[in-house]
Amino acid sequence: MSDAITPPEVPASEPPKQDALVTQVIVLGLGAEPYARKADCPAVQVSATQLLPLMTRLRDDAGLAFDMLTAHTVVDRLDANIFELVYYLYSLNHRKRLLVSSSIPRENPVVSTLTPVWKIAEFQEREAYDLFGIQYDNHPDLRRVFLEDDWKGFPLRKDYKDDFMLTHVIEEES
Amino acid sequence: MTVAISSLLNRIRVSDSASGPIDAKEYFINMGPQHPATHGVLRLMLKLEGETIREVIPVPGYIHRGIEKIGESVNYRQFVHLTDRMDYLSAMMNNWAVAMGVERATNTVMNDRIEYIRTIFAELERIQSHMLWWGVLGMDLGAFTPFLYGFRDREKITDIFEETVGCRLTMNYIQPGGLMADIHPNFVTRVKEAMAYAKPKIDEYEELLSGNVILQERTKNIGVLSGADAISLGVTGPPLRASGVAYDLRKIEPYGVYDKVEFRTAVGSVGDCWDRYWVRVEEMRQSIGIVEQLIDNIPEGKFMLMKPAKKIIIPEGVYYNAIETARGVLGMVIASDGKSDKPVRIHMRSPNYNNLWAVDSMTRGSRVGDLVANISSLDFVVPDIDR
Repeated sequence: MSDAITPPEVPASEPPKQDALVTQVIVLGLGAEPYARKADCPAVQVSATQLLPLMTRLRDDAGLAFDMLTAHTVVDRLDANIFELVYYLYSLNHRKRLLVSSSIPRENPVVSTLTPVWKIAEFQEREAYDLFGIQYDNHPDLRRVFLEDDWKGFPLRKDYKDDFMLTHVIEEES
Repeated sequence: MTVAISSLLNRIRVSDSASGPIDAKEYFINMGPQHPATHGVLRLMLKLEGETIREVIPVPGYIHRGIEKIGESVNYRQFVHLTDRMDYLSAMMNNWAVAMGVERATNTVMNDRIEYIRTIFAELERIQSHMLWWGVLGMDLGAFTPFLYGFRDREKITDIFEETVGCRLTMNYIQPGGLMADIHPNFVTRVKEAMAYAKPKIDEYEELLSGNVILQERTKNIGVLSGADAISLGVTGPPLRASGVAYDLRKIEPYGVYDKVEFRTAVGSVGDCWDRYWVRVEEMRQSIGIVEQLIDNIPEGKFMLMKPAKKIIIPEGVYYNAIETARGVLGMVIASDGKSDKPVRIHMRSPNYNNLWAVDSMTRGSRVGDLVANISSLDFVVPDIDR
């Protein structure tokens, strides 16, 4: 590890400054909190039940106007037993980017769909269902995108295994 | 709770049983996955009434390779080699997206030489990608000559790539920390020759195809996509700009040396196939201008700033960065745990996957022939949809 490239040390004395955009989202009072993990852009987290009202407000509020859902994906946090849903929003008017994160339990991964807010959400969510098995409530057409309809399991989960995987190679290395 | 998992078969059955007598019945027909107009293995289910399209259901996934899953078991340097298999016509721009993501996350600043060379290569790729698109669009709409012309002119640029990079299509050149090798000694003269060659060719393209009455009839007011719809559907790149939204990452969040060059963003007004055609032709001219501004000023310096033997460890967190490829915004999400040189999760927000779903709303109510024009004007590269 000695020859690894590591980032320069940040002095720990200064408390991290809260971004103005994050404050602006939190004062909406829709359950948004500062993001607990680290991110390279303004970030908030919200409970899964508050996701749809918050996102609708983020799009419609004139001071925020997040009219683009740039990317939606999922991170499987196996050690914390959660799926972290990651949404990257972009505002064309204000030229700002915001990360909205929400965590749902791995056993019962249900969250409401954002299709009424952005049309592309329907398809980005279908991809997340296909690869992670996230169940989107009220989704108009939830089915697999890439894999066949009768595929068993969700391949991008960390505990996924099937007969075609070269698991022995990975186990030997680690 | 209304989570219902559907299937393609289910989807078709539900629609089918809803219609009336047999002579007025709507029916489904398969287009692809081996249809020449779908540019690869893209399958479309068309719901038709006579020849009028009522709905388009894209069925991607025929070349899904699980690049994101593979990405979790390789390090960042190795992952670069997978990205050029996504959008092979923007191969080096895909490399660049990964390289830039890693560099920003580790606070590494590149020198001017590297940034200049990267920008020149990205613009050369954009030109050759649009040349190929122009030729294929001509062929899709019934003119064979543009296909030959487009490939002929594209060769001049791929020859330059071959000299420096070593290959012509799926190029690996840009790495986290710099470039794999320095540019070939002939590079500058060859690029100047190629640009001097390409400039009049763009005018020739206009003469040959743009004024053609068949092309105009088949593209004007066909496949109209409004700006608001395009934004909501996550469409980016030339199709978004053709709908009147001046969203170009090279202007809005400049990376590389795009802030040091002058170029204009081509923006359409109607959002039809013609605007998407015109935007790309104009982009070729602008890209030639960018290359000409940069090619004489490549500064001296190192071409690689990170020692290749070193492990790259990204501090814990979630990172996002995006670049403008020939087809739209390629975003990359990296989730790192800060301990391993491999990502916990790596997600590529590919431009083609997000552009694909606009086909349905732009095609409803028009004819099958218009669908071919729509697909062609969106310029899909199917491996980038499937990843």
